[in-house]
Amino acid sequence: MRTLMWVGWTNLRRDRVAQMLTFLLPIVFFSIFATVFGGQSDATTARIRIAVVDEDHSDVSARLIQGLHNEKSLRTQSTADASGEGTVLTRTAAEQLVRSGDVPVAIVIPAGLGAAFSTNGFAGGGPAVQLLSDVSDPIAPQVVLGLLQKVAMTAAPDLLMQGGIRQFEKYAGAMTPEQKSAVDAWLPRLQAQAPVSGAANSASASTAMPIAVDVVDVMRTDNRRGSLISFYAAGIGVMFLLFSSVAGAGGALLDEAEAGTLERLLSTNIGMTGVLVGKWILLALIGCLQLTVMFLWGRVAFGLPLFSHLPGFAIMTIFTAAAAAALGLVLASLARSRAQLSGFSTILILTMSALGGSMFPRFLMSEGMQKLGLLTFNAWALDGYLKVFWRQAPIWQLWPQLLVLVSLTFLFLSVARVLARRWEAA
Amino acid sequence: MNVLTVRDARKNFGQVAALNGATFELRQGELLALLGPNGAGKTTLIRAIAGRVRLDSGEIRLFDRVLDGRRTPTDLGIVPQEIALYPLLTARENLEAFGGLHGLAGAGLTRQIDWALERTGLLDRAGEPVKQFSGGMRRRLNIACGVLHRPRVVLLDEPTVGVDPQSRDRIYDMLADLAASGVSLLLTTHHLEEAEARCSRTVIIDHGKVIAAGTLSELVEQTVGRFRLVTLRLDAPLSADLARAFAGGDNGSGVDESGRTLRARMGDVAAELPPLLARIRTDGRAVDDVEVRGPSLQSVFIHLTGRELRE
Repeated sequence: MRTLMWVGWTNLRRDRVAQMLTFLLPIVFFSIFATVFGGQSDATTARIRIAVVDEDHSDVSARLIQGLHNEKSLRTQSTADASGEGTVLTRTAAEQLVRSGDVPVAIVIPAGLGAAFSTNGFAGGGPAVQLLSDVSDPIAPQVVLGLLQKVAMTAAPDLLMQGGIRQFEKYAGAMTPEQKSAVDAWLPRLQAQAPVSGAANSASASTAMPIAVDVVDVMRTDNRRGSLISFYAAGIGVMFLLFSSVAGAGGALLDEAEAGTLERLLSTNIGMTGVLVGKWILLALIGCLQLTVMFLWGRVAFGLPLFSHLPGFAIMTIFTAAAAAALGLVLASLARSRAQLSGFSTILILTMSALGGSMFPRFLMSEGMQKLGLLTFNAWALDGYLKVFWRQAPIWQLWPQLLVLVSLTFLFLSVARVLARRWEAA
Repeated sequence: MNVLTVRDARKNFGQVAALNGATFELRQGELLALLGPNGAGKTTLIRAIAGRVRLDSGEIRLFDRVLDGRRTPTDLGIVPQEIALYPLLTARENLEAFGGLHGLAGAGLTRQIDWALERTGLLDRAGEPVKQFSGGMRRRLNIACGVLHRPRVVLLDEPTVGVDPQSRDRIYDMLADLAASGVSLLLTTHHLEEAEARCSRTVIIDHGKVIAAGTLSELVEQTVGRFRLVTLRLDAPLSADLARAFAGGDNGSGVDESGRTLRARMGDVAAELPPLLARIRTDGRAVDDVEVRGPSLQSVFIHLTGRELRE
């Protein structure tokens, strides 16, 4: 027993990969997830960007907009440019901002809201505020809805009270002159109590619902579930594409080097560049096939709208698989053994997948983490698929994602070629 | 005619001199054995010829072309020590793959594959995955993949390692056929008896330098000389006086620790053996067994390197 324990301990002490997998990997992942998810509660939590359209131009709508603007967790935009420049937003422009993914929610304050609010107060009855939303982000619309109700309660308490008194008089009879005088003296004080920084915190305010709100899904409403499935198919698909590319590249280079077939290949006319290009093309084709099978399964089992998005899917899949294959070759060229490749690539791929949105949507992360995610391969691939399946973007709008993926592909292939020199003539 | 010439090849890996002025030639149609202890520089030399190691200095010529050490020449066939095959592919598919990479295609490729399968005795197993093959069959296919494109010079690194004697014979028959057809073969091996029996010439390398080259008889002449080693086994230990008289030097002669085995080097056995037997008889001992052996590659090797091949 003691001898077995000694042998096992000695093996562990001398096996760096085993040590890494045993001790380092859990720490790395704990740190990543603590950073990604733990960051949601601190000061860097993402502020929700919203577009605001004022079709009412009343005192009430102005106060609502000011109240929304004062909310710490919101970043409002009333003009075409987020910096405050450009033309004032219209409903159409705001909807386009949501559709393109620039903001997850837009609030449209319809004409007549101010008048109804002043007249009826809590009784409502006015036109409904419209919340134009992108339901690929299930959190933002709900948060904005709650904050809107809170702002409605706190931004114009005097107007709300005036409306309430009118309703009271309508059903209970007019107030006495003394009562009226007291109310008139009280209203300015009430107006002065309106918060200037969104610090008001009334639990009942959010439940009173003083204004009616219609939530409008501006994205596809005909097959919303299928489009959401495409988002998850892409997330999981890209992560496993990376795993299979690394495994394939490891088999293509490390196993062949170990078996001696790489030596034999290099003694033919093909050369190291030819070997790498041949392996890269094969890995990319297998990756395309892998993603296609995954999306086809999504179509069959979950109604994913694959066939109505075939060109965009094909382009994103080809470019994503090409970049993943090239990354696999880099890692395989870098590693000295299969075990080393396995340990290192597992850490890298899971880290990239966590940061890049394969495991957890990036739009739910803090702003800093969202920006950090852009350093990963996954984020660009997922953004591309999201544009195709969710935002219905025309193919030309994929150019930023495709440019990054193509650049990464060339970068990875170049690095792999340099690293592969170790298998060439000594 | 020399098809391959290596002149003063030098290669250092850090402080270690893997090749230290190696020089030798390979002639057309010959089967040349490259022998040397482990770490002598055999593999480095083979890899340098194959374009896988760049020399620090020296020159390698193949058919009067100086090799640049960057690419493997097309008229060179390489058979690595590892079984460099794809185990999930069949024998025919492996040959198709490597033949294709060597530029063969169509009917020419098919013809060469049939030739290789026939020469290796694998024609009836051509459709089976290599992973189902025995060690000997894999070795034969490994060689076939290296000679499929009909190279004029073939380098073989330990082509018979780990195979049974029957498979070894088959492999050497195959190599002999290739040599008979004009192909020149350079092979490394640890089996001295194979090199002695099957190769036309031998090159012995040690510490990165060729220390002897030639046919077996040439090597014997150059090193241990023409002698016979006579071994006598006695019924009882020799007397102390006689044992002292026969105490040998470093040439293999002498009496062993038991005093019952006597070894003697003789240039002329017929003249020298009878007086020795008479002296033993006078000492009151009888001879149980007599063995007379001529010089072998083993003795040449030990004479030159001072160690066994596998050390």
